Amino acid sequence: MVTINGEKIDAAGKTVAEYLAGAGYDDKRIAVERNGEIVPKSQYADTVFADGDLVEVVSFVGGG
Amino acid sequence: MIPGWKEWRDALCQRHGEKLQRKFETATVAVCGLGGMGSAISIALARAGIGKLILIDFDRVDVTNLHRQQYKADQIGMYKTEAMKQNLLEIAPYLETETHAVRITESNAEDLLGAADIICEAFDSAEAKAMLVNLVLEKMPSKYLTAASGMAGIDSANTIKTRRIADRFYLCGDQVSDVENASYLLSSRVMLCAAHEAHAVLRILAEEFDA
Repeated sequence: MVTINGEKIDAAGKTVAEYLAGAGYDDKRIAVERNGEIVPKSQYADTVFADGDLVEVVSFVGGG
Repeated sequence: MIPGWKEWRDALCQRHGEKLQRKFETATVAVCGLGGMGSAISIALARAGIGKLILIDFDRVDVTNLHRQQYKADQIGMYKTEAMKQNLLEIAPYLETETHAVRITESNAEDLLGAADIICEAFDSAEAKAMLVNLVLEKMPSKYLTAASGMAGIDSANTIKTRRIADRFYLCGDQVSDVENASYLLSSRVMLCAAHEAHAVLRILAEEFDA
């Protein structure tokens, strides 16, 4: 299991890109932290979630 | 009559203690975007006695900004960088400022932000926020970064929070209130979120690293 934004999700083995597309995220409005490290956008397609990963998908909304 | 530098610094030391004040006055903080968030963050940091602020915004003050942004009616039409610098120096005459009336992009960000110890994201568009946060975390991993997401509308003040997302990355806001849905921004709620961001900066400088 992978913990994503505090929830246990069956995403081990999926790439970041696959997970984000399935969950309906807009790539242009997010940042992804995996085990405390930023996942560069250029590596979304090649980064595979592993069992036990701690992931935070930060979604930005407008206003400032 | 504006007090001399020594009297000014003594007053800050009296309020904050000399040890903390030394941490504030030796810090350089970049404020990226000088709208409702950035203008209020800048004022809070200037009052606290931060040594140097790098102020970045491409836009000019508009009449529709004055309901929440920390400018004055006679500043309409000025670059926000120049108007903010003027307001900050009226508040804190010994503040050092550097202004850049440009749009921050992936190609100029490292040059603009290289000298900052802490970077405050204070843009209004979600895409610009994400661009800057990804860029700073990828390319400038030694910097501290504070960012904001979710302060639109009239929801409770108590939903605005600071979260520490990574060692050097703090996110303020309720994370959901999008101006596209709420369709308006209120001075009070934007100031709450700006205060969270400014407070995160001061806590980092005080070496209090928890959110």
